[in-house]
Amino acid sequence: MELTREQQDILNGSKGEVMAKVMKSLVMYGETFGADKMVPVTSEYGHTVISFGIGVMKPVYDLYDQLIKAGALSGQKFSADPLPMDKHVPSSLLQDLVFKKFMYSQQSRYEKQLEKLGIISPDAYTCACYLDEVGNKPRKGEVLSWAESSAVVYANSVLGARCNRNSGMLELMGSIVGCVPHFGLLTDDGRRADWIIEVKTTKKPEAQLLGSAVGMKVMEQVPYIKGLDKWLGTELTDEVCAYLKDFGAATASNGAVGLYHIENLTPEAVESGEGLIRENAPVYVIDDAELERVKANYPVVWKDLDAQPKLCFIGCPHLTLSQLKSWTGRICAALDANGAKKVTVPTVMTCAPATLKKFRETPECALLEKAGVVLSYICPLMYMNNPLSGKMPVITCSNKLRTYTTARYYTEDELLAKITGGAK
Amino acid sequence: MAKVFKGRAVVAGSCTAPALVSHGGFNTLASFQMAMMFGDKKVKCGDQNNADLYKKPMKGTALCLPQTIGSTTGGMVLYTACATDNQPACMLFSKTIDSLAASGAILAEVWTDASMPVVDELGDEFLDYVKDGMSVTVSPDGTVTVE
Repeated sequence: MELTREQQDILNGSKGEVMAKVMKSLVMYGETFGADKMVPVTSEYGHTVISFGIGVMKPVYDLYDQLIKAGALSGQKFSADPLPMDKHVPSSLLQDLVFKKFMYSQQSRYEKQLEKLGIISPDAYTCACYLDEVGNKPRKGEVLSWAESSAVVYANSVLGARCNRNSGMLELMGSIVGCVPHFGLLTDDGRRADWIIEVKTTKKPEAQLLGSAVGMKVMEQVPYIKGLDKWLGTELTDEVCAYLKDFGAATASNGAVGLYHIENLTPEAVESGEGLIRENAPVYVIDDAELERVKANYPVVWKDLDAQPKLCFIGCPHLTLSQLKSWTGRICAALDANGAKKVTVPTVMTCAPATLKKFRETPECALLEKAGVVLSYICPLMYMNNPLSGKMPVITCSNKLRTYTTARYYTEDELLAKITGGAK
Repeated sequence: MAKVFKGRAVVAGSCTAPALVSHGGFNTLASFQMAMMFGDKKVKCGDQNNADLYKKPMKGTALCLPQTIGSTTGGMVLYTACATDNQPACMLFSKTIDSLAASGAILAEVWTDASMPVVDELGDEFLDYVKDGMSVTVSPDGTVTVE
């Protein structure tokens, strides 16, 4: 790989041993994937996937201490994934004990480290950092050093920024030295589509189900999706962006998609159309039956398949303001129709702290809380990722949460019926 | 009879260890999390979605797999496994290594004293041939001998 004089000097130790190791990590990463050079990170902010001080990961925080001690701080401010704990989310005394004393014993230490390393603010903990109210929204063509699969796929696909699917720790190192290896989704060729997806459903497909089907088929490759503009239109409105956020998160977690193009909608597809598609790209047709087949094949790992749900999570990835308002209307209408006042399953809706602040200024917030819904900035994945929560019958409409935990997946309409007493 | 496969050394090194084979994608977080949380010295695989590996000890094995899958925390999990001496003896990928596994292996190589050779691009035939318990020898040039 060709390095600039400055990059080579850092690698040789001009800024100390720790910075040399940071650069060496990035150079080895690039060489593994055939990078030709290192390119500057051009976005204003970074984003790190590591938001949790989990006890077993102590070596990670020890390494971060090395960085801080050596003055190897991030050259750009950054946001981070959602926090793992929130006292407002229902939990048992035992869970509280496990969370605080056992699982997240390094949390306080790690949050202090993030302050020193350069987190934007105490409110900058969300996986949906690209929302307007959060403020970490890269522009088209900007080069990022981010990790968090759902944020990376959104930034690449909807915003037209350029970022590889980086690992936690390495993304921070890119922000520290201010450059990343040039390969994969940073290159024009790496952004061409390997697959054609033809959506032929008879109604607007559920975002998280469609994303799951696409992800499981194409894995880490780039899909070009035809037929979805029929349902979404050709404008990136708030509602459409929220749909694409959920769709992308499912492609990235059920597969390993880092970029998708949607005909007549996403920026590069609008610009270049079918010229993005590689020769002889295979075609995957998704119709109603295919979506049903995909959903029917999800394993349910509950011990008692008929167990009464003890908790419902909505908001993985974090909800947008328009989604919070839309859910409020649907929940209130369903409760009215079912003659109920409050949700029948303890329900937590999660969003960014900044989104929550804006939502609290709207009349819908009081309605949602009156219906018994808990609003939180927590990461549902972090809540679920332990043996105690894993045994709980938790339901969700997030295909990401389903993939990584024991939570059971339902479509949004099915979930709505479950939590409002309308399910048979 | 020994069979030799030639791959690419992502992290060069040598070792001999018994094979442990995952035919599906290896979810790094799900596989390591429980063992690390409860201090399981054998580092038994905790991924109930991986029928090949679930509950089998991973530490000290030649872990043979197509690629890793799952959370972008995968790299830091692998790094932590190496930093706490809970890593496999080596990782052998039939396909080109994915970015998360590569990150973990590279971070371990640069920032720890752990030894975990990593070879990728060994081909589908490698994963078809190698079986649990076979003896696997890795050479620094990416040559893998299975017997």
